[in-house]
Amino acid sequence: MKDSLKNQELRNRQYIIILIVLSVAFIYIIQLFYIQIADSSYKENADSNAFLKKVIYPSRGLLYDRNEQLYVSNQPVYDLMIIMREIQGFDTLSFCKMLNINQEEFDNRIEEIKDKRKNRGYSRFTPQIFMSQLSVAEYGKIQEQLYKFRGVYAQQRVLRKYTTPHGAHAIGSVGEVNQQQIDADSYYSRGDYKGQSGVEKEYETYLRGEKGVEILLRDAHGRIQGVYKNGERNKAPIAGKNLTMTIDMGLQEYGEQLMIKKLGSIVAIEPSTGEILALISSPSYDPHLLVGRERSKNYNALLKDPFKPLFDRPLMAMYPPGSTFKLVNGLIYQQEGVITEDTRFSCRMGYYYSRTRKLGCHPHPNNLDLRESVQHSCNAYYCHGLKGLLDSPPSGISTTESYNHWRNHVLSMGFGKKLGVDFPNEKGGLILESNRYDRIYGKNKWKSSTIISIAIGQGEVLATPIQTANLAALIANRGYFYTPHIIKKIEGDSIDKRFREKHQTTIEQKYFDPIIDGMLMAVEQGTGRVGRIEGIEICGKTGTAQNPHGKDHSIFMAFAPKENPKIAIAVYVENSGFGATWAVPIASLMIEKYLTGTVDTTKLNRKNLQKRMLETFLIE
Amino acid sequence: MSRKVSLFRSLDWITILLYVTLVTIGWFAIYSSTYDFENPTILNFSARHGSQLIWIGFAFLLALITILIDSKMYNNLAYIIYFLIILLLIATIFLAPEIKGSRSWLKIGPITMQPAELAKYATALCLGKFMSSYNFTLNSIKNMFLVGFIILTPMLIIILQQETGLALVFAAFFLVLFREGMNGIFMVLAFLGALFFVLFLRYDYISSSSNSYILESFGFVIVFILSVISVGIMIAYYLKDNRQMLQFIGGNAILYLLTGILHLFGIEAITYTITAYISISLSILYLFIMALLQKQKKYFLFIIFLIGSIALCNVTDYFFNNVLQPHQQMRIKVVLGLEDDPLGAGYNVRQSKIGIGSGGLLGKGFLNGTQTKLNYVPEQDTDFIFCTIGEEQGFVGSIVVLFLYIALIIRLVILAERQRSSFSRIFGYSVLSIIFFHVAINIGMVIGLVPVIGIPLVFLSYGGSSLWSFTILLFTFIRLDANRMEILHQ
Ligand SMILES: [Zn+2]
Repeated sequence: MKDSLKNQELRNRQYIIILIVLSVAFIYIIQLFYIQIADSSYKENADSNAFLKKVIYPSRGLLYDRNEQLYVSNQPVYDLMIIMREIQGFDTLSFCKMLNINQEEFDNRIEEIKDKRKNRGYSRFTPQIFMSQLSVAEYGKIQEQLYKFRGVYAQQRVLRKYTTPHGAHAIGSVGEVNQQQIDADSYYSRGDYKGQSGVEKEYETYLRGEKGVEILLRDAHGRIQGVYKNGERNKAPIAGKNLTMTIDMGLQEYGEQLMIKKLGSIVAIEPSTGEILALISSPSYDPHLLVGRERSKNYNALLKDPFKPLFDRPLMAMYPPGSTFKLVNGLIYQQEGVITEDTRFSCRMGYYYSRTRKLGCHPHPNNLDLRESVQHSCNAYYCHGLKGLLDSPPSGISTTESYNHWRNHVLSMGFGKKLGVDFPNEKGGLILESNRYDRIYGKNKWKSSTIISIAIGQGEVLATPIQTANLAALIANRGYFYTPHIIKKIEGDSIDKRFREKHQTTIEQKYFDPIIDGMLMAVEQGTGRVGRIEGIEICGKTGTAQNPHGKDHSIFMAFAPKENPKIAIAVYVENSGFGATWAVPIASLMIEKYLTGTVDTTKLNRKNLQKRMLETFLIE
Repeated sequence: MSRKVSLFRSLDWITILLYVTLVTIGWFAIYSSTYDFENPTILNFSARHGSQLIWIGFAFLLALITILIDSKMYNNLAYIIYFLIILLLIATIFLAPEIKGSRSWLKIGPITMQPAELAKYATALCLGKFMSSYNFTLNSIKNMFLVGFIILTPMLIIILQQETGLALVFAAFFLVLFREGMNGIFMVLAFLGALFFVLFLRYDYISSSSNSYILESFGFVIVFILSVISVGIMIAYYLKDNRQMLQFIGGNAILYLLTGILHLFGIEAITYTITAYISISLSILYLFIMALLQKQKKYFLFIIFLIGSIALCNVTDYFFNNVLQPHQQMRIKVVLGLEDDPLGAGYNVRQSKIGIGSGGLLGKGFLNGTQTKLNYVPEQDTDFIFCTIGEEQGFVGSIVVLFLYIALIIRLVILAERQRSSFSRIFGYSVLSIIFFHVAINIGMVIGLVPVIGIPLVFLSYGGSSLWSFTILLFTFIRLDANRMEILHQ
């Protein structure tokens, strides 16, 4: 009996054994639950282990000139990337040797990468740029050794490549994004490139395309084991859109050559469309300087250059328009009924706007009508006109009201505000509002004699070269203009509709004829004679922008031919004195070049003119 | 002919079904862990999954042979098999080439074999035969000694082969002895011993925060406090004297409280470690006096227990810091959470946990595991095979596999208990205990609860040697069980 009781006690021990088994299983299930369900960090760890997300950069859109000649293209470069977590047991010595750097440079670079103040997006797990923009040749030299270094690989990027060293301001440049730009647009991450000026900046969203991503599987040794899910989750990059510019590459180049060692701008526009044919800012620079590893060094050097090559003069430099502004006034006086084309004013070597104060004029035949006043650029004529407009308006309105009418007309011709070109950093010029004069002189305390200099484009009037070129275009069109723009075609898209809208000025068409006649006479036998070309009717107007800091700036605006105009142009040459000396010949050569494709050097006067322009240096 | 029919009818098909299911799951897991994203193949006999298919085929053949052998043979040949295997184990030390520091693999023709795997089988047979002999009782010192000899001999030889993991599995026979009448106190003591060992290492040498030159070893403090509490519980349990228990524990508590007050007043010369020694010494003195006063022998057992605790701590202290290699110390420390070493000893466990953890509820799907296939998890088709299942089949898959093992073990308990012969029962318990230890240690290691001890997961891990020895082990018992049924059928 005792034995079987003992046996029963032992038989019951099976339950203790089962209990032990179940307890262990229970603990394991809790642990499994904890790591598989409760704690999500394991999943992230597995992903960061296994997936190497490789960004594939799209090729940036190409730029063509208006004749579909390739202007700006791409060249491959390689960024050397490093994943800090994986560079354990790294052979620093041979790595440095491969890259031709010393240990100290290596250490410094690593410190820089790790420094979260300088490198905000730093992570041990993601690729960091160790050395950027290795050229194809440089990369070729290290390519075969790269496999030896765990956690190091090359990332292909594209940089810009230019067919010619011209048009730097128009095209603009591409540079690495800064922290501000990364914060502003989530598309960008550290080391990305973005258009920083010119067309590159304005059309960034078209040009950049869309980044792709390739999800690679990486094994425990950092080796790539293929593409995740056969590339199902990959995203192919979408190439940027190609753009056709309105620039004529030949004309642009020629203009830049003419402007060598001179300060100033040339803006040429096709009047019938508003397309910018040439946009020259001088001095210019080779766009290649702002590409690649030397970019920031070169950029700083350009920034320090006293002649400010980075300054985009055609859009940003504001000058008093001088005599070119007389055309604006001539149009307004007619429209407001102050004068007709036959109205004549006398000029006694100037205009006396008080008994003792005279605004001088230069010698010319006296008692000119409107056409002749344009031809000879008579100052007195326009002062008389302004007096008629402001002091005794034909419609019997007040001076202030009449001034406001004047201002509206001026604004309708694209002055006093930004034109809205497809260019960053455009300036609007200056045409004062009447209340500003009220504030300066007191309400109703001012009249034509107070602000007489606006009659001849001096004083409180400022305009940019592109506004002056636009004036030439709207006169060529006899009363309307299209907003100047630099992009003609966007691949698979159309240009902004604001560039296809006709802007009608407030001046009736008929008032343009005497002005245009006068402009033709100015070139045929007036102030712009030096620019005359056999067989081409050029209508132009010289000007001089007063420069309180030194020699005056020479201005010439023109369009040609007179009937059915193909080109409107404004030329500014700084510190060169009277308009005819520099600006007229340059504009004339540009017009001939554009209309005939070349400058006819068989004609001695044209050959000499070109030689003088190309070889005279106004700055050193 | 009719005998054979009845034999197959008497087989326990539930166990066989569980076996086949586990082996099949194992094959798919091996297929997946050796799957190459670059060169996907369906079936390739030169690949790991291909050879495993061959091992499985041989395993089924072995199972069949094992079943066809007359069940009496196992009982009759038990001692001879044990003796031969011991000889083979010894020979292995001298014959085997060194592979990763261990000398346990024998190469016979195209097959590499680990005799240590077979040693478990031989020991189970031998133990069954010895303990089922007429009038056997575990209470005799001589028998205890002989049983210990049977278990410890192969264990020691395997340790000499540098296969500590496999040797550790022999501890599984503790469960068998417990079922066969070994005093439960041994189990409790073994458990307390393991617990104290872990706690001691975990809290050893943490310098007191306020005064860094006074070195406290909270390992001693914690183990001594727990020992005193254990003795208190023993007093209540064996002497049925709750008042004395409270006095005993309370008296010790006052000592620690006094030390705490001294520390509050800035007197830190008497550390908690010193207090722990004072407390345990006074306890021993108290128990000795009580033993003399009450003439109760049991007090001496309590004293031995306390002295054992002191010995355990000091031996562990010495062993850990002076005997173990630094990398071994590291392994143990990583598991105890004392060290975080993601690239060293902790790397395997960490990557394996990431693998399983990233599986989530339902897993990433068959062949979609990245941790295992991209070699982040080491030995992904052998010791860490469970990781593939955890990653690809998720929590649900892991639990299913765990439940299959529990089902198998419980089924084996039921089978063992229905045996009429002690030999079959003891052998059955040996089989289930060995399987239990393997599963518990292996899965515990993979999910980061047990130190990294390299032993395969029963029926699932890649490799013929382990699969075959477990097949023979299991099917010998199925054969013995069928024999019981045969007797019933007659
Ligand atoms: Zn005059």
